Amino acid sequence: MVAAASPAEPAQAVQPQNDDIVIDVRDLRTAFGRHVVHDGLNLQVRRGEILTVVGGSGTGKSVLFRQILGLERPARGTIHVFGQQVNQGNVRQLRELRQRWGVLFQGGALFSALSVFDNVALPLRELRALPEDLITEIVLTRLSLVGLTPEDAVKAPSDLSGGMVKRVALARALALDPELVFLDEPTAGLDPTRSDEFVELIKRIHGQIGFTVVMITHDLDSLYALSDRVAVLAEKRVIICAPVAEVLAFKHPFIETFFLGERGLRALEGVELDKGKNKKG
Amino acid sequence: MPKDIDPVIVEGSGAETVVRLCGAWNVQALRSRREVKRRNRALAAARSATRWDLTQVSRLDAVGAVLLWRAWGGALPAQVDMSPAVRDTLQMVAEHSGGKLPAAPRESFAALRAVGDGVYNLATQGVDFLRLLGMFTLHLLGFIGRPLRGPWKEISAQLYYTGAQAMGITALVGFLIGVVLSYLSAEQLALFGASVYIVDLLGVSIVRELGPVLAAILVAGRSGSAITAQLGVMSVTQELDAMSVMGISPAQRLVMPRVVALAISLPLVVIWTDFAALLGGALVAAFTLDLSLTWFVLSLREVISITNFWIGIGKGIIFGVLIALIACHYGLRIEPNTESLGRGTTASVVSAITAVILADAICAILLNELGW
Repeated sequence: MVAAASPAEPAQAVQPQNDDIVIDVRDLRTAFGRHVVHDGLNLQVRRGEILTVVGGSGTGKSVLFRQILGLERPARGTIHVFGQQVNQGNVRQLRELRQRWGVLFQGGALFSALSVFDNVALPLRELRALPEDLITEIVLTRLSLVGLTPEDAVKAPSDLSGGMVKRVALARALALDPELVFLDEPTAGLDPTRSDEFVELIKRIHGQIGFTVVMITHDLDSLYALSDRVAVLAEKRVIICAPVAEVLAFKHPFIETFFLGERGLRALEGVELDKGKNKKG
Repeated sequence: MPKDIDPVIVEGSGAETVVRLCGAWNVQALRSRREVKRRNRALAAARSATRWDLTQVSRLDAVGAVLLWRAWGGALPAQVDMSPAVRDTLQMVAEHSGGKLPAAPRESFAALRAVGDGVYNLATQGVDFLRLLGMFTLHLLGFIGRPLRGPWKEISAQLYYTGAQAMGITALVGFLIGVVLSYLSAEQLALFGASVYIVDLLGVSIVRELGPVLAAILVAGRSGSAITAQLGVMSVTQELDAMSVMGISPAQRLVMPRVVALAISLPLVVIWTDFAALLGGALVAAFTLDLSLTWFVLSLREVISITNFWIGIGKGIIFGVLIALIACHYGLRIEPNTESLGRGTTASVVSAITAVILADAICAILLNELGW
């Protein structure tokens, strides 16, 4: 655990809510010993958008991710999600906050001791408010939504292929119908067909439900297909957070190599860049 | 490679010397013993030559190229005939060679620093352990306050794994220790004509000391390592993170059930081990000292005071809590590599056993002072 105390903040765990901003990261500073990872990092995520966070290796994307989720404490700065600070507040407030988001971890992070069904049912059972038959119905619906059958529901996570693990993890992340979904490298390790399927799935569900998505990825294809805005992490902070067209036009060495290198240009082919949204042609 | 073809042939003399390289200059050819030495010697002897002919080289890979490059002192000779493929390989080596490993940093007062690091490490571990203890206490109080919302299923499962499944090994070991102890003491007691006191000896030593410590050591090895490994793997696969972001506290759902379960199961295992050890001892006494089993059992009642019994149980509870907390502490510190997993489980078992013995010693001193 990163043991560093946040300084004396005005004793307000809940800010007056600006409905439009779902995640508000201000002046974040992270350091491990003498190695400074973030300095003066600011990021705002708007309601309903799909925001992709990109950055080179070692720029602290995962660390930022974990800090927003409240798993690690920054050295300085504040992080508000739905107007509430993720590191302060009483247990009940924090638990309610955690029920408003769903997280898809990079390896799926399914509970190996539980079956697929129990994995997806866990968040529902934690509420201790729903009858078991209703939970069964909801779980099977979610599994069907991500393209799995009831036969898959009784399998153990170790029996699943990589693509299936990700889909179960997505079903679990969506179990409580969250307003905010975090995706950590959702297409990592998936073959091209599965990657495309996954991207289509996210697009479809997002279109239906309209939750906010924060995604970390290296995969340019899914980035172009899904993102409303892109936040580029470099030089220990977010250097630009804007729709893809603006990011591509921004002059910075990292952007030039990441987006406009050989690979980047290939992925860019056939992508129509609109002012707000971009679609793959 | 056929030994007849010399890999390095020097023709001509003086200014006209041509060094011709033949055959394969790849890792397969260089594998045979002393081949590298032989070729290096030949190359060194031909060093001064300015004309080299590599057209007879059938195969050249990076290994052969590096060998050659070193022999040439890092530069192409004045005149070299070679095929394009050979030229490409040599060019690649030329571009990328010349790197040197950084010298190992010489740390002044390395031994002293090691001591400092060790103390600092111990201190941070101590702080983490204290934090774990605190979290456990809070969750325990919460559990007592609202028992219905507690992790009963997890506690029951852990009771089974740590208690019920340990009965086999503890019975066996207990029985054998009872047998051994009985044999040894029987001999010594017989010398003094005090054979009948074997009951006292076995009764007190097993119920008060051997039973608890033996059971604790076996359970530490079994369950301690299992808990550490389990938590360690869950930490590595991000299962613990997944629980945290769902608002489930790993300390409440994983640590507390294990501690509570071991606090319940270890005293029971202690009783079971006591029973097995006393049985072994009684059987030996019956066979070597001709002391009837019935008499043995009846005498036990007088010899083992109820204080001793409760001391044994109390120790079981303390040891159980210690083993579980230490196992969880090490499990949560494990990092995503196999080295860490191995080291963590080893450290967990060793620390747990050490802590158990330490606690036993402290108990012995304290109880002695209290006159129990």
